[in-house]
Amino acid sequence: MSTHALNAGEADATFYLAEEEDHDHAGGDGGTMLGFWIYLMSDALIFATLFATYGVLSTSYAGGPAPRQIFELPLVAVNTAMLLLSSITFGMGMIEMEAGRTRAVQAWLAITALFGIAFVGIELHEFAGLIAEGATPQRSAFLSGFFTLVGTHGLHVTVGLVWIAVMLVQVGQRGLVPENKRRLMCLGMFWHLLDVVWIGVFTFVYLLGVLR
Amino acid sequence: MFDQSLARTIFGRLSFESFPIHEPILLVTFIGVMIGGLGVVGAITKYRLWGWLWREWFTSVDHKKIGIMYVILGIIMLLRGFADALMMRLQQAIAFGPNEGYLPAHHYDQVFTAHGTIMIFFVAIPLVVGLINYVMPLQIGARDVAFPYLNNLSFWLTVAGALLVMVSLFVGEFSRAGWLNYVPVANLQNSPDTGPDYYLWALQIAGVGTTLSAINMVTTIIKMRAPGMTMMKMPVFCWTALCSNVLAIAIFPVLTGAFALLMLDRYVGTDFFTNDLGGNPMMYWNLVWIWGHPEVYVLVLPVFGIYSEITATFSGKPLFGYSSMVYATVVITILSYLVWLHHFFTMGSGASVNSFFGIATMVISIPTGAKIFNWLFTMYRGQIRFELPMMWVVAFMLTFVVGGMTGVLLAVPPADFVLHNSLFLVAHFHNVIIGGVVFGLFAGMTYWFPKAFGFKLDPWWGKVAFWGWVIGYWVAWTPIYVVGLMGTTRRVHHFDDPSLQPWFVIALIGAIIILIGILGFVMSIVMGIVRRDALRDTTGDPWGGRTLEWSTTSPPPAYNFAFTPVVHNLDAWYDMKSRGHRRPAEGFRPIHMPRNTGTGVILSGLALVLGFAMVWYIWWLAAVSFVGLIVVTIGHTFNYNRDYFIAAEDVARTERARPAAAGA
Repeated sequence: MSTHALNAGEADATFYLAEEEDHDHAGGDGGTMLGFWIYLMSDALIFATLFATYGVLSTSYAGGPAPRQIFELPLVAVNTAMLLLSSITFGMGMIEMEAGRTRAVQAWLAITALFGIAFVGIELHEFAGLIAEGATPQRSAFLSGFFTLVGTHGLHVTVGLVWIAVMLVQVGQRGLVPENKRRLMCLGMFWHLLDVVWIGVFTFVYLLGVLR
Repeated sequence: MFDQSLARTIFGRLSFESFPIHEPILLVTFIGVMIGGLGVVGAITKYRLWGWLWREWFTSVDHKKIGIMYVILGIIMLLRGFADALMMRLQQAIAFGPNEGYLPAHHYDQVFTAHGTIMIFFVAIPLVVGLINYVMPLQIGARDVAFPYLNNLSFWLTVAGALLVMVSLFVGEFSRAGWLNYVPVANLQNSPDTGPDYYLWALQIAGVGTTLSAINMVTTIIKMRAPGMTMMKMPVFCWTALCSNVLAIAIFPVLTGAFALLMLDRYVGTDFFTNDLGGNPMMYWNLVWIWGHPEVYVLVLPVFGIYSEITATFSGKPLFGYSSMVYATVVITILSYLVWLHHFFTMGSGASVNSFFGIATMVISIPTGAKIFNWLFTMYRGQIRFELPMMWVVAFMLTFVVGGMTGVLLAVPPADFVLHNSLFLVAHFHNVIIGGVVFGLFAGMTYWFPKAFGFKLDPWWGKVAFWGWVIGYWVAWTPIYVVGLMGTTRRVHHFDDPSLQPWFVIALIGAIIILIGILGFVMSIVMGIVRRDALRDTTGDPWGGRTLEWSTTSPPPAYNFAFTPVVHNLDAWYDMKSRGHRRPAEGFRPIHMPRNTGTGVILSGLALVLGFAMVWYIWWLAAVSFVGLIVVTIGHTFNYNRDYFIAAEDVARTERARPAAAGA
């Protein structure tokens, strides 16, 4: 970007900038990264609301099942591993993106999606088992809070999966153009945030729940 | 039998009984709205304006046009919200003793719920967001906001929410649970009708719009300021807009979360806010007030910014204590998040919790008081011109201070135990919202109207609006303070004690005087248009302004500034004027601009259908519109062609066509 200033009025006072347009909207971040960060913070606040609600209601069993009776920690541990591994594979994809290797990016994205699908699948399996035992979201306030908090996270992962599918198509169509790189960066931030939230869910809901 | 189940599948719980054809008030309103609506639609069709509206306005991503559309939405909804207010005042003025008034209780409850909901969500927010949208990018010397398409989507989502509330007037019922849709009244067992569902869907849709808009504005202010404009050289209005939008990002997700949980309670049967199975209704109160109290500051902070701009301009002086103004704004932003519990001291949190929130509440009056003194010192020894915007500022200071003091009174927990849920409280928040937010919005609209349209509002009718609102406010709300202090509770549709009646009659008279103020404002627009040649602003700087929005023409070209301004001083435009700058007449370059898109309108239309379908349990329609939302959203991301260039010759032609008197 070459810039030269137009002088007006006093010789030393520059009041206008004549600049050659750079393709900020397409290429550089143009505020998108900051905007997406702020969006993620607002999303984190939704989770904060759900965590707080769960915290208040987490012992309101209403005569229904308590965490110790229904949580299967080994299954949740496997699930946690799925999500953490998916974050690593996504990171590998980003390294390939920096190197400009389209095929490798697609491959890592696909692997990430497989881990994500496994995560959502195991979660649905867990939910189905709970409901079959009679531990439904309607049974008690504790279970309402549990299903909503964990389910909202699962819904986010599902949205992430759809996003990965869209990016696979778009990277396939246009390659690693600046727009697609920017989108992959945003997707990455989104995906890793879900990891962070899950660490909170795992600790706060499952581990603390079983200790109680 | 088969027919019935088929009808339920197709129409959900919507049936002929859902249309209030036996309620004369609603029927007459409906006919009036239909005639008016058909008239507008007919006129647009007759003059073949649909294509122009679609291309130039509905699909526009220009922050100036979106700002104007927000303000139009706010003014239209103000008329609706004020009609509700008049109905309540009339009911309370006559419903004494044997007279039951003209509104049945369940209708009255919907009226006060709709009044509060509309006034905050669909009047105050659109007007504040609209003014920020219009003015802030001009003040920071930007060509548009950071995410122009998102801005368009945010606006249309707000419209979709407003439309859903309007639909509830004629199809089914609106909520009866107060403007925050309180549980347990809004629980399914107590309100099995559509009311709370209308409320929840309307506000969820509009709330997404507001959150996205706030993200957009914060990013714009941080990333897109003109070269040389450091944070502490930013106009105060931009600072207050920044703080207000940061606050909005911090609170709207909480509201979205709380409403989502109540939706789950109502649709799925969970037990968050129920009275049984471990639910906790006060959790809802906590969550909605974590949103609700800061929301007051989301609205009032930008308005403080408006007052600051106007006071400096019309006193012919730089703002007194700029940095203290900025710090006060930031402190208010933080403190406002720490006071929500004062809305329910009576919940019984105990003395220490109540003391904390009581003291935190009182502390807010310190930075707010500092602001009042800053404005007074700005006026001190200034050459004050009492034009309309400045008149609103003075009326604000006199009115708002009283509301602030009753607020500090209510912040004392023992006093609040007496005054909780009384009309004294209602008078207090109308005092600060009318005297603070509404006066400021009128000041702002009057101040920036010539910038947006190239001519001033008619000053005579503007004064009618001013005196109508100011006198009307005091006549309407002083008696409510009095009866509230005597213990009258709010949301009551009939009274037994006849000695209260004179107060409510005076309040009704006050409301009618405010009506004169509202009509005066509408007339000042109409007569402004009629007399636009006499009121024309050819300079771009009709008031002797100090900030960058006055450096371009009125109205500004689509690209705002042919050359990005360079800022050396807090009052950038005043600095340019006093150093005798000349606007460049050549060397124009192509300008990079975002392209219009109809996606925002389509998505919001689908969101409106989704909301309506969910309210009436029309599951197939909800599923179709939901899938539609996802398909359109994804489809939009496949459009990579989102910008274009205004050719240098076109810029040169536009610039040459500007009146010679125009500044930059």
